[in-house]
Amino acid sequence: MITLTNFLLIGAGLFAIGIYMVLAKRNAIQVLIGIEFILNAAILNLVAFGKYDKLYNSGQTFALFAIVLAGAAAAVALAIILNVYKQYKTIDPNKVEKLKD
Amino acid sequence: MNIATLIFYVLGFVVQASALTVAVSKNLVRSIFMFFVTLFALAGLYVYALADFVAVTQIVVYVGGVLVLMLFAFMLSNREVLNNLQERNSRFFSIQKVPAILVAVLFLLILVNAIIKADVDNMAWIKISAQNNNVIQPADNMVPNMGVNLMTRYLLPFEAVSILLMMALIGAAHLARKEEHKFQ
Repeated sequence: MITLTNFLLIGAGLFAIGIYMVLAKRNAIQVLIGIEFILNAAILNLVAFGKYDKLYNSGQTFALFAIVLAGAAAAVALAIILNVYKQYKTIDPNKVEKLKD
Repeated sequence: MNIATLIFYVLGFVVQASALTVAVSKNLVRSIFMFFVTLFALAGLYVYALADFVAVTQIVVYVGGVLVLMLFAFMLSNREVLNNLQERNSRFFSIQKVPAILVAVLFLLILVNAIIKADVDNMAWIKISAQNNNVIQPADNMVPNMGVNLMTRYLLPFEAVSILLMMALIGAAHLARKEEHKFQ
């Protein structure tokens, strides 16, 4: 029997892996992948609870919104990463420490 | 244990294992391709939550959009991006990453503890929803209902998302254009 708890536990594992990637990775693109993991864990929870709202489909609708926002955020973040590389010649977040040169 | 439950556990395992591979992999391109696997397995889990439209959207937007964008971002950018990623993490990687591992493991423990304590399958509103026959059944077709809801009940967030998407599009195009004098 597949219960809600199974979905939530899988989401929790994915969230923890995303937290680790955001904190430990020294490469902005991998940090971005970690953020996508965190967003996907949230979407998994929304979808799992959305099963219990047949009338208004709130969980699934907001999962759609979250997917769209994640796509837009990825596009902007990649553009920013390319610009940071152009200016600093590195995409290590630890080395990018000046707002203005 | 029937076959559907077995496939569910296999999908859950694939999600966790491929996400871990992405997290520990040193090769950036390999970790991006493992990210593909994670997203596909997650789409399978969405199907198990009876959200087939969300699963298809996940595949279209993430695999078709975000991942291709990430791959293009490498290949169009300088090749040195790829090179200076791989040389750096050769030694002492475990010592520097101990705080991050600690935070992640503690977060996982707290979340698992909270989820098990919360006992989500017996929550009040879920019981009421099951009593009122408000649970999506596997044979239901939810896409027309979602479209109607999107255009009536959720019209305001829909419009807000459309404006935000247009802002993100313009912003990304503005950031990514090639103009040298902007940085001097």
